[in-house]
Amino acid sequence: MNSEDKRLEQDLTGPETDLDQELDVDLMGVDPVYGDQDLEVDELPDHVKVFNRSKFSAQVDLSKFTLASAEDKEQHIQMRPPSTFLKDGMAKFRKNKLAMASAIILIFIIVMIIIAPLLVPYSYSDIVTVNGRRDKTAKNLPPFHYSELEQQAIEEGEKIFPHIFGTDELGRDYFIRVIYGTRVSIVVGSFASLIVLVIGLLYGSISGYFGGKVDLVMMRLVDIIYSLPDLLLVILLSVVLDQVLTKAITGTILKSVGTNMISLFIVFALLYWVSMARLVRGQILSVKQNEYVLAARSMGASSGRIIRKHILPNCMSVIIISTALQVPSAIFTESYLSFLGLGVQAPMPSLGSLANKGREAIQSYPHKLIFPSIMICLIVLSFNLFGDGLRDAFDPKLRK
Amino acid sequence: MTLDTTPKGSMNSTPLVEVQNLKQYFKVRKGMFSSVDLKAVDDVSFSIKEGETLGLVGESGCGKTTVGRTMLHLLKPTGGTIKFRGEEITEKNIYDYRKSMQMVFQDPYSSLNPRMTVSDIVGEPLDIHKLYKTRKERDARVQELMELVGLNSEHATRYAHEFSGGQRQRIGIARALAVRPEFIICDESVSALDVSIQAQILNMFKDLQEQLNLAYLFIAHDILVVNYMSDRVAVMYLGKIIEMAETNDIVQNATHPYTQSLLSAVPIPDPETARKSKRIILEGDVPSPMNLPAGCSFCTRCPVMTEKCVNELPPLVDRGNGHFVACWNQ
Repeated sequence: MNSEDKRLEQDLTGPETDLDQELDVDLMGVDPVYGDQDLEVDELPDHVKVFNRSKFSAQVDLSKFTLASAEDKEQHIQMRPPSTFLKDGMAKFRKNKLAMASAIILIFIIVMIIIAPLLVPYSYSDIVTVNGRRDKTAKNLPPFHYSELEQQAIEEGEKIFPHIFGTDELGRDYFIRVIYGTRVSIVVGSFASLIVLVIGLLYGSISGYFGGKVDLVMMRLVDIIYSLPDLLLVILLSVVLDQVLTKAITGTILKSVGTNMISLFIVFALLYWVSMARLVRGQILSVKQNEYVLAARSMGASSGRIIRKHILPNCMSVIIISTALQVPSAIFTESYLSFLGLGVQAPMPSLGSLANKGREAIQSYPHKLIFPSIMICLIVLSFNLFGDGLRDAFDPKLRK
Repeated sequence: MTLDTTPKGSMNSTPLVEVQNLKQYFKVRKGMFSSVDLKAVDDVSFSIKEGETLGLVGESGCGKTTVGRTMLHLLKPTGGTIKFRGEEITEKNIYDYRKSMQMVFQDPYSSLNPRMTVSDIVGEPLDIHKLYKTRKERDARVQELMELVGLNSEHATRYAHEFSGGQRQRIGIARALAVRPEFIICDESVSALDVSIQAQILNMFKDLQEQLNLAYLFIAHDILVVNYMSDRVAVMYLGKIIEMAETNDIVQNATHPYTQSLLSAVPIPDPETARKSKRIILEGDVPSPMNLPAGCSFCTRCPVMTEKCVNELPPLVDRGNGHFVACWNQ
């Protein structure tokens, strides 16, 4: 018996069932006893006999097969450890060098913005001081240079932390300002994407799941918001909100966050959820078609349970990925708003406002433009590559 | 028109499931304000006894699946009644009946959620109907179900994509059995499978029927499979049942010309017998279900069509022995 026979036999029997019963697929329900044929069955070879039993019989010639031994069966059982969707995706993500590199850069930047303010003895808003005295000579220093007062102090044996990126035009340490700017940018980016995610997810899933007239009305609203010129609207909203919010938040905790920051969040919340809502709706429309949703309904599952357990988990990868890609675009928007002077309030720096200040002095002190710009590029690029990597690893449609 | 479609001999007991004059029309938009009815299921009546299998055959698009889905109120019926043990099933009480009526789906690939483990899938009906008190009880039931359908219970923590088509269909069956139903609708449950796997699954359906006294509505387009499985067979054409009888009766004395042609199209494994049998090839087109003929819907393709067929709808009448036929020429 060659190996192919064995395999065929294995397929036909299956481990739990009785061989005879398994193979007796007499599909017409005609009496499966051999006798009711006119043919001279005795003269025919064995295997033909079996086939002549009934018109529609799918009977298989048993003489060609032998039972598989326990050993044969053992060979066909190939166990692999159970794998989850997450494990598979992570393994794939780890193979993507570019995405891994950007993940490492992102982690590095996030660690930096958390610990750097604790290590560097300067503050983002105060002028460099030497021995408790404001150092007015420490203006516009190039990277790793010291002012005259600091030089003296070093000669007297004091240790002074270097100005890694130099100082700005008011004598503030530039490195810590860039770090704080990055902090603001990343916080704004993440929060804005989170707001976009929440609104888009709710809106999109309601619209997609219920469909029909609900969907029609909700999506026309999205179309209207989508057709507004966003830059113009962002500028208008920032100006208007700034005035409204200043009155509203005086005396509350939100005051410390600053009106501009809050208006930025509102701008994102109002404008950028539409593409997320469309994406979620589209995903839900396609996932809804699957039979497992119908199966859940036939079991009596409620709409909430179906959305929670069946629909959302199956669109989650696409949604998470597009949220990751939303972060750099929010950072970008924040940067250009700050660049236009509509972003965070001074003295709180943001990468955009730092770049704007740097632009004014580009000929004399190019490093003041270069550092924040590099930071913006680094964050945006690595978020984009990270998001791309996530998509390649987790989007089921791109799986090979 | 109400038909008594209960087979003779079982008149004294109420059938498990009884469908009367079931209608399912879909509105199809035509322009801005007008719409046409697509009659997917039109006036279908049948009944199924406890432990019985009714086969439902017909070509693609004849409304077989729609019958199944409407019976479970996955689609709201346009008209007609569905009774379970004599009680009418309505929108309000359907939740309770979901424990008694379940469905096994066609595609073993799309009918299992790829993000759920097998124990989640099989245990979901238990979760929904809160059929357990402790976590342990739930796990034990899941294990029991998996063994019942011939799956290795160690595989409960795996995801559906790690299984083959036949195994996935077994998972789907285990899920349907979880609530201890009395009636299962098998919606083309084996048509996506390999022939050898089909045989395994069909035999399993039969074993389960014996063990658990299940009744099946076995929907398929493969008349061989339906004949193997069913006690009785109903043949559907364009939303209507045109012939219904005991399985052997239909194979041996098919009366309706459509059933005859369906049977003649069944492939025969033995070439010699196949050469002897004559194939009836139908001519003409299937009419659009949005614009059905006034008379018999089969009249556009019928080889024995008369003028009466074009103008009058033939009723489904008993020709004796529980053999129902809807044809003027018999």
